[in-house]
Amino acid sequence: MTILADPMRPEWYRVQRSRKDTADTFTLDLEPEPGVATPPFAAGQFNMLYVFGVGEVPISISGDPTQPQTLVHTTRAVGVVTQAIRALKRGATIGVRGPFGSHWPVEACMGKDVVLVAGGIGLAPLRPVIYQLLAQREQYGNIVLLYGTRTPADILYPRQLAQWRARFDLDVDITVDRASDTWRGNVGVVTKLILKAAFDPMDTVAMICGPEVMMRFTIMELLKRGLRAEDIFVSMERNMKCAIGFCGHCQFGPSFICKEGPVLRYDQIKHWFGIREV
Amino acid sequence: METLEPILAQHPFFQDIEPVYLQLMVGCATNVRFTAGDDIFREGDVADQFYLIRHGRVALQIFVPGQGRITIETIEAGEVLGWSWLFPPYRWHFDAQALELTRAIAFDGACLRAKCDEDHDLGYMLMQRFAQVMTQRLQATRLQLLDLYGVRT
Repeated sequence: MTILADPMRPEWYRVQRSRKDTADTFTLDLEPEPGVATPPFAAGQFNMLYVFGVGEVPISISGDPTQPQTLVHTTRAVGVVTQAIRALKRGATIGVRGPFGSHWPVEACMGKDVVLVAGGIGLAPLRPVIYQLLAQREQYGNIVLLYGTRTPADILYPRQLAQWRARFDLDVDITVDRASDTWRGNVGVVTKLILKAAFDPMDTVAMICGPEVMMRFTIMELLKRGLRAEDIFVSMERNMKCAIGFCGHCQFGPSFICKEGPVLRYDQIKHWFGIREV
Repeated sequence: METLEPILAQHPFFQDIEPVYLQLMVGCATNVRFTAGDDIFREGDVADQFYLIRHGRVALQIFVPGQGRITIETIEAGEVLGWSWLFPPYRWHFDAQALELTRAIAFDGACLRAKCDEDHDLGYMLMQRFAQVMTQRLQATRLQLLDLYGVRT
């Protein structure tokens, strides 16, 4: 884990590139200002992005962990800060704190099958896992990516998904909630894809990222297929502010999502997962 | 003569079924094939069959004026298509279109209903299996209705 000298002080980065992914989603590539060293990050961690005079938001890192010199973040422009980030042009300055939080157990998956289940923009925090798995493809068993989103127009990273689908060593299955009749792919919920996915439930690690309801139903299907609760990992989302477990905004039962999370092992949180007030 | 019995027995919808029921139903079954773009049935038509999909993919669609056909679900190999044959007025509520080459076993609904009326054990077994499919689709539809991936307001 990276130890930051002063975790509350942002470092300055410049926008290298900003591109629109879908109607409300965009990806930002950031490069450090001269003299700023980019700390390494692990798949699943997040940064706090700070727009001067507007505010700060936590955004998962969606780039390649083996190439940390460019920080890549994909997010949806829904609030004041994320809309301000989207408006940033090439060369604009932005503050970055991080990386923070726990990470996906990529190393621990060696020798096992890996199932990644993503919902909507939840594909972004899982993309670093895919980069990492593919960089050492021979170390893993079957790798399955199941992705559900709203409509075909909302599919994130479509070119990359097409490239991954074309590989013989990665199973990619996509479904959307609704589509016009020009769409030849699956329509239905992402949980339906689990039944047919090729993995050995006794020797598989599952990583899930998406809306909490989707994750709940995905866990139910994975448990039905025979996966153990300790082999299921989720990325939780709460209102993260300080990112260092100080302010308490992101408390989830006994954990702070910004510190112990966002990636958590299901068997360790399942008690809290079922409590509506948490 | 070779019958469809072994093929039916392998389909997940008839998993662990007693052979006696297969023997009763096989007389109502025929092998069918659709090419991409074929309409299998259309909303409002008489629902006189159901299909066990063996290969391919079928889109369940609803026609929306101004938008055309909207796909609300896809049904694939190993799944069952159609339950309107079970209940009056025996009319399809949606369109079904083959998205690719699709092979299926079609069951004559009237033939099967008559057999279920004669043998209630057969009817109960079929109802149990269809009820399970309906429940799964209802739960999936509820999740889709939540529009989980949309922007929270």
